[in-house]
Amino acid sequence: MIIDILSSILLLVGAALGIVGGIGIHRFPDFYTRLHAIGITDTLSALMILLGLALQAGWSIAAFKLAMIFVFLFFTSPTASHALAYAAQHSGLKPKLDQK
Amino acid sequence: MRYISFVLLLVLFWIALSGHFEPLLLALGAVSVLLTAFLSHRMNIIDHESYPLHLSLKFPIYYSYLFGEIIKANIDVIKRILSWEKTPISPQMIEIPRSQLTDLGAVIYANSITLTPGTVTIKLSEDSLTVHALSKEVADDLATGTMSKEITKRVFKE
Repeated sequence: MIIDILSSILLLVGAALGIVGGIGIHRFPDFYTRLHAIGITDTLSALMILLGLALQAGWSIAAFKLAMIFVFLFFTSPTASHALAYAAQHSGLKPKLDQK
Repeated sequence: MRYISFVLLLVLFWIALSGHFEPLLLALGAVSVLLTAFLSHRMNIIDHESYPLHLSLKFPIYYSYLFGEIIKANIDVIKRILSWEKTPISPQMIEIPRSQLTDLGAVIYANSITLTPGTVTIKLSEDSLTVHALSKEVADDLATGTMSKEITKRVFKE
């Protein structure tokens, strides 16, 4: 019962963070800043959703698989972000910087 | 030594992912593990860099620190996204010193920077990292090099 409540809270917060990331993509002005908004969906949102699912799964193979998904996400998502940013810079996209 | 532990790890991984113990499936698993080990040997990718066994006990110590940083950075970026006025950001492009002696350390550093929301490593060169930061505060925080020091302290120190 407590586990169910905890897991639904985690799932809801994770989903809300995913939406926040989506709002960020629309509010931020250029490509590079939008990458930062994606970072939220990549890290905290994914973590909370996977944790919520793991609580539902209990101590089983499914939980181990969810942990593996998280580990792989942890290593691949920064690589993907970096590849995107590097490709953008390489093709000459200038970031909108704060003038000061 | 490296290969024994590699095969052992693959076997454990296979069993954990499959959860089957019928002889046929175990035999198929053994074949795939051996094939993977053989191919990795042929491709020459089992070395101290791609398979840092000697560091594996230290990574959890470092990642517990990184987790805290990620959560802090997340809260900061969420606040900026959801602020009522025009989003309070001041994007910066900064160069910070690489300050890691090994390639592995530099990659861990660059990956950690990208993993924390608000900062993305764009380029990693011989002696510096080019980083795009969402705000001046984050950029200044990064320029102090605390994260690099933590990597050196938690991963590479004996």
